[in-house]
Amino acid sequence: MSNTIHVTINGIGLEMEKGKTILDAANQAGMIIPTLCFHKDLCIAGNCRVCVVEVSGQKRLAAACATPCEEEMEIQTNSLKVRNSRKHIIELLLSEHNADCTKCYKNGNCELQELASEYKIMTQDFLRLAPLKNYTIDQFSPSIIKDDSKCIRCQRCVRTCAELQGVNALTVAYKGDEMKIASFFEKAMNDVVCTNCGQCVNHCPTGALVERNYIEEVWDAISDPNKHVVVQTAPAVRVGLGEEMGMDVGTRVTGKMVSSLKRLGFNAVLDTDFTADLTIIEEGTELLHRLKKVLKEEDTSVKLPMATSCSPGWIKYIEHMYPEFLEHLSTCKSPQQMFGALVKTYYAKARKIDPEKIVSVSIMPCTAKKFEANRPEMHDSGYRDVDYVLTTRELAIMIKQAGIDFKKLPDEKFDRLMGESTGAGVIFGATGGVMEAALRTAYELVTGREIPFENLNITPVRGLDGVREAVIKIEDPLSEWAFLDGVELKCAVAHGLVNARKVMEAVKNGTSNYHFIEVMACPGGCLGGGGQPIPTSPEIREKRTEAIYAEDSGMPLRKSHENPEVLKIYQDFLGEPLGLKSHHLLHTKYIARDRY
Amino acid sequence: MVAHSYQLKRADFIFKNENDWERILDKTLKRPPQELINELMSSELKGRGGAGFPTGLKWKLTAEDPSDEKFVICNADEGEPGTFKDREILSKVPYKVLMAMAVCGYVIGSQKGYIYLRGEYKFLVPELNKVIQEFEYYCKQIGHQFSIKIFLGSGAYICGEETALFESMEGKRGEPRNKPPYPSSNGYMGKATVVNNVETLAHTFTIFKYGAKKFYDLGVQYSRGSKLFSVSGDTPKPGIYELELGMSLQDFVNEFGDGDTKAVQVGGASGFLVPRKRFEKTTIGYRGKLTGISLPTGGSMMLYNSSRSMYNVLDNYLEFFREESCGQCTPCRVGCQQLHFGIKAVKRGDKPAQYLDKLLKLTETMQLTAKCGLGQSVANSFSSIVENFREEMIY
Repeated sequence: MSNTIHVTINGIGLEMEKGKTILDAANQAGMIIPTLCFHKDLCIAGNCRVCVVEVSGQKRLAAACATPCEEEMEIQTNSLKVRNSRKHIIELLLSEHNADCTKCYKNGNCELQELASEYKIMTQDFLRLAPLKNYTIDQFSPSIIKDDSKCIRCQRCVRTCAELQGVNALTVAYKGDEMKIASFFEKAMNDVVCTNCGQCVNHCPTGALVERNYIEEVWDAISDPNKHVVVQTAPAVRVGLGEEMGMDVGTRVTGKMVSSLKRLGFNAVLDTDFTADLTIIEEGTELLHRLKKVLKEEDTSVKLPMATSCSPGWIKYIEHMYPEFLEHLSTCKSPQQMFGALVKTYYAKARKIDPEKIVSVSIMPCTAKKFEANRPEMHDSGYRDVDYVLTTRELAIMIKQAGIDFKKLPDEKFDRLMGESTGAGVIFGATGGVMEAALRTAYELVTGREIPFENLNITPVRGLDGVREAVIKIEDPLSEWAFLDGVELKCAVAHGLVNARKVMEAVKNGTSNYHFIEVMACPGGCLGGGGQPIPTSPEIREKRTEAIYAEDSGMPLRKSHENPEVLKIYQDFLGEPLGLKSHHLLHTKYIARDRY
Repeated sequence: MVAHSYQLKRADFIFKNENDWERILDKTLKRPPQELINELMSSELKGRGGAGFPTGLKWKLTAEDPSDEKFVICNADEGEPGTFKDREILSKVPYKVLMAMAVCGYVIGSQKGYIYLRGEYKFLVPELNKVIQEFEYYCKQIGHQFSIKIFLGSGAYICGEETALFESMEGKRGEPRNKPPYPSSNGYMGKATVVNNVETLAHTFTIFKYGAKKFYDLGVQYSRGSKLFSVSGDTPKPGIYELELGMSLQDFVNEFGDGDTKAVQVGGASGFLVPRKRFEKTTIGYRGKLTGISLPTGGSMMLYNSSRSMYNVLDNYLEFFREESCGQCTPCRVGCQQLHFGIKAVKRGDKPAQYLDKLLKLTETMQLTAKCGLGQSVANSFSSIVENFREEMIY
């Protein structure tokens, strides 16, 4: 049987692969069919109905996203029937939606607003239903704000939370006119299993789910002459920010980002990549320490595999779902929190600034980082270590508000101290990056030689497969590590919490014998984070990934332990990895949380 | 136009107590499956739940599917307002339904049957389980592998829609799926599944016992056989009646009306309201090439006399759908709210009478674009009542 079928779309003949939908056919024919509930990351729902098209011989209209093409199908995407129906559906959605657009955080970046504009819905003929429903806004979470009055029930967030994350913090409740998206027993998002990953925010077409923004607070701090405002930028921001500024997906804008931050008025523009390198030293040492305890000293109180702890979404997930495995987490704080703790101690001392006056801001591709900065443990400097966390999107808003013509900005360099980084720090932004950076350092520590991969690119841990495994054999180690001779270091990398579950189940069932696990809560790692530019899709994440690795290979230094500032901080301040000061400032503990 | 008038013809198959079901089962299971499909097809039995899909074709398509496991599901989620016939079948002649399920299993290659029973019919469970036990025991004796389990619904109207029924049985939220794929290839647990209404299954017993011709000879062209009608409303003799299909609504009202019948709602809340002036021209049966209007029904016939306000009637239906829509698709969820609050706004004078025309246009969109059969038909009552009793909506 032939694998192709023939359809016509608006009179244009088309040959296409079997099993494709009408929406695929339209894309192939260069026709755009509007969609709302459809998302490339998610399974087909077919519930918004804006993508309806006319198929010859069928009485009803068909949802283009959910209807497979059949041989000889004749499709009309813009007939009168289609136009009238589509317009009706947009009107209906608007009637149930709190369409006070000028007061909406997503004004200008809302798919419903775009459709309303495209179809020129100029009147409000139908009754306004939104005010009848008495919705309250859930704004208890430090990360995510949920406003049901703006929800169009496309269930993209529900599918995201279930399919990408396996968390199911959001689900459909009630039926008929009362149907809504709700958390468990309609508790606040802050009180349920929500990991604050923000993938729902990233996939929401309207303003129903948005990040809690701290833009005004940061402007206030910048404007306060008595404050010294320090900003750190996460690795993934530099490969995403350009999208918000109208540049191509995958454009690296590190230099422009730095100069825009300087123009915004931050007193020092520093780099989270610096503490990413520092994390590698601490975490790599911790891994070797654990290996020694388990393999050499046969100490059963020390747990393997060790899991990374940089992703706050992952941390909250394991706290809820696998609390019995908390001892497997590296005790290292995330780079953001290491940075925060050092800024108000080491940096303040070196720059002779009263830490009381320092406001520490971080730019993150992440909404969970807002929650992380808010955790009560994160006050080791004697102050709140990170005062405000902004997402990539919030930074873009500030740049636009400041009237900065981003594309025309010159490239500038990060300030010192704590502005120097290596390629190993940069790749923290991609799934597999922490693993790769850790291996580059740990291997060399153990053997005195570079890890034997071409250009230091540890390709087995790269890529976008949900779970990836790699085995690194240690040969001919330095005498101190003789017990590792011939040991095959088994590593697993997972991104997206649904994949984290697979790895954790394998660990739980004892079907794996991993030594080291890297988990990033978001698909693609931080570059696909919940705070990154909207929209997201597998293609977009792939381009951002390429940009991250290009950034790495363009760096003069590629290994964390070669970062001169990192060497200096141990010399001047920290002493040694896992030392007393490190323990106090750079490490943390975790809390077992309930699921309900 | 000539109105086709048929006298009301009573039939008595469904509730006839047949004490030879074991023998009929034996006999039927010895016939080749293809022959049974042909028998059903030639009887022209169509689904009695209201949608009217040819039963023989449904069994045939499912039989031909290569699925490694298949299921037979009896849809007893009788939730359409004004319908109460399935309850009677399951309490009076359950063995007919069980036998039909086993035969269906034999034809399509399934060893597992489920009865999706409406939650409110929980009281039927103990008796039904007893009959199932006897039935399974007999099947075992004759060496026929077939088990039947009861699955209790939780009260959502939408779960009578076959794909929502699957979702419900799979432990998910009862929401209709996208079609295609159809149940004949992707049903319960993604396997090929036959879902038949209780009454449809009971009719197949008649057909396998007496032959297709006996059934085919009843009714009219395109609407063969008899059907149970749940008669309620302003009638001196409410109840369940088995009648041949193809009767004119006039004859029906002559028999069941109270002498003051103003309108009849055919097919429950999702059906159509027929005003007195259309009684003559309306026949009850599946849509075919008959002259006049032919209205299908799952069996619900509600009579209204002149004391009834059609506004109140519509208000009641729309309130039902506003609450019973599953809420997933836009046209049904929001459409039902707009229709219901819309007639209230017109009645209050907040919206002009012309607003009804805007809502009538909306009903067209709901019919064209809703995801499932329910959503496509919720507006039927609105359009038929507003078109015929517009003044009652306004004043």
